Amino acid sequence: MKLIVGIFCLLALSLCAFTLPQQSGLKASKDRGKIVYDTYCLACHMQDGGGAPRMNPPLIKTKFVLGDKKKLIGIVMNGLSGVEVEGEDYSNVMAPHNFLTDQQIADVLTYVRNSFGNKASAVTVAEVKAARPKK
Amino acid sequence: MSIFRQSFYCLMACLLTLSACAGDTTKVATNGPVPDPDNGGIKLPAGFGGQIVADKVGRVRHIFVNSNGDLYAKLEKLKDGKGIVRLRDKNGDGKFDETVGFGNFIGTGMAIKNGYLYASSNTEVFRYKLDEKNEVPDGAQPEKIITGLWDHHQHEAKPFTLDNNGNIYVTIGAPSNCCQVQDRVKGSPGQSPCPILDSAGGIWQFKVDKTNQSYAEGVRYATGLRNVMGLDWNTAVNSLYVTQHGRDQLFQFYPEMYSQKEGAENPSEEMFKVKLGSDCGWPYCYYDYTKKQKVLNPEYGGDRTKAGDCGSKEQSIVQFPGHLAPNDLLFYTGDMFPEKYKNGAFIAFHGSWNRAPEPQAGFFVVFVPFGKDGMPNGNWDVFADGFAGADINKAAYRPCGLAQGPDGSLYISDDNQGRIWRITYKK
Repeated sequence: MKLIVGIFCLLALSLCAFTLPQQSGLKASKDRGKIVYDTYCLACHMQDGGGAPRMNPPLIKTKFVLGDKKKLIGIVMNGLSGVEVEGEDYSNVMAPHNFLTDQQIADVLTYVRNSFGNKASAVTVAEVKAARPKK
Repeated sequence: MSIFRQSFYCLMACLLTLSACAGDTTKVATNGPVPDPDNGGIKLPAGFGGQIVADKVGRVRHIFVNSNGDLYAKLEKLKDGKGIVRLRDKNGDGKFDETVGFGNFIGTGMAIKNGYLYASSNTEVFRYKLDEKNEVPDGAQPEKIITGLWDHHQHEAKPFTLDNNGNIYVTIGAPSNCCQVQDRVKGSPGQSPCPILDSAGGIWQFKVDKTNQSYAEGVRYATGLRNVMGLDWNTAVNSLYVTQHGRDQLFQFYPEMYSQKEGAENPSEEMFKVKLGSDCGWPYCYYDYTKKQKVLNPEYGGDRTKAGDCGSKEQSIVQFPGHLAPNDLLFYTGDMFPEKYKNGAFIAFHGSWNRAPEPQAGFFVVFVPFGKDGMPNGNWDVFADGFAGADINKAAYRPCGLAQGPDGSLYISDDNQGRIWRITYKK
C-alpha cells in the first residue's frame, strides 16, 4: 500500500513538475515576445495587432496567425507582400525577418498567437529550427 | 354654423394638409441645400456648413462634380460589379437620391473635361464621351487612352489631372519605400541610380485624345516623386501642382539618428509646383521636418546634415508633418467661399499609419492660401476636421477626394465608409 501511495505521489509530483514550467514557459516566452514585437512589428501591425487598413494586415484572429505554424514562421523569415486577408487586400511590403534568432521568432509568434484576443498553442524553438532553410 | 362645427372643419382641413405634405416625398425643395445641424459630424470654420450628401457609396477615392451637379465617384473596390458611381440630386435638397453604377474596373482617378469623363484603373486610363444630356449614356463603352502602366501592388493607384491644352498628367507611384536593393529591409543600401525612376516615381504626360498610349508615347514630365496622390492643374498660373507621400520607417531603420517622435514627424509630406523636367529628389533626398531642410536619405549616406546635391533638386513650396498622406489636391476657383479661398489649395489628408506607437494623425482637410503668383502667401491651416471620430487610431472616416460644385461648394469623399460631405458658406 505504502508503495502504491508513494508511486502515486511521485506521479502527481512529476505531473506538476511537467505542467507548471509549461505554463510559466508560455508566459516567459510571451513576455520576451512582446519586446521583439514592440521592436520589429508594432510600427506596422500596431500596438493592438489591428494593422492599418489596406496597408498592413491585422493579426487578430486571422487564419494566418491561428493556422499552420510552419507557414506563419515562414512569413516572419521570408516576408510577405500584396496579401489578401479575410477578403481585404493589403499592399505594404513586409521585409524578411530572418535575422531574428530561432528563440526570438518562437517568442514573438507565441506572443502574437496569445495576444489581441488570440488563443493558440505556443511556437517552439524546435519548430522554428525545423522551418529554417538548411545552410 | 356652430363654433363646434367650424372648429371641426378647420381641424379636418389641417389634418388633410398635413397628411398631404407628409406623403409627398418627391416634392422639390424650395430652400435648396441646408447644412446638417451638426455639420455632418465634422468641424468647420465659422460661417461654413457641412451636409452629408451620400453615405455607404463604397470605397470612394477621387470624385468630380459635373456642371449639372452630378457627382461621379471612382471606387477602389467594385460595388455591385461597378467601379464608377454617378450620384444625382433629383429634388434639390443637396442630398443625392439617385445612384447609377457603370464601368467594371477599380481605381482612383476621376475627372471631367471638355465633354469627356476620365477614369483610371491601376494600370490604365479610360474616357467616356458625355452625351447631349451631359451624362455618360447607359451602356457606353470607354476609349482606353493609356495602358500598360506599372502596378506592383505598392503605390499602384493612378490619380491624374488635365490641363487646358489636351494633356493628361498621370501619377506612376514607385513600388518601393526608398529604392533600396531589398525594399524595406533594414540596412539594405539605396540603389544609385534608382532604376525604378525609368518607369515610376514620377508624373507622366499623355495626350487626352490618343488611344492605347503607354510609356513609349508618354513623356516623363516630372521625376523623383515617390507617390503623388494629389495633383491639380492650377488654371490661375497654368501649372501643375502635386502632393507627395514621403518615405516611411526612418526611426525603425535608423533609431540612432531619429527619435521615435522624429520618426513619426519625418520626412515632411511635400507640395511641389512642377514643370517639365522637374526632379523632386526621391529616393536620394527627403525634406527633414525637424531641421527644415532637404537632405540626403540615410540609405544614400545621409546623416540628417549632409545635403549632397539635394539643393539642386526641385524644392517643395509647402511642407507638412510626416505620414499624413495627402490624397487629393484642389485649387478653389469658386465664388461661394470668402475671398481668401480664391485660387488657394485644399488638400485632403487620408491619415497616417507610420507614427505608431505615437497616436495616428491626419484625417483632415487643409487649406493653403495662395497669391496671384501661384505661390503660397500664408501658413496652412486645418479647414475640416473630426473625420476620425472618437478614436484617432481607428479612424471612422478618411478624407480621400475633393471636388468643387458648380455653385462653388466643396465636396469631400471618404474611402473608409463611402461618405460624401458638401461644404457650403453663407455670408
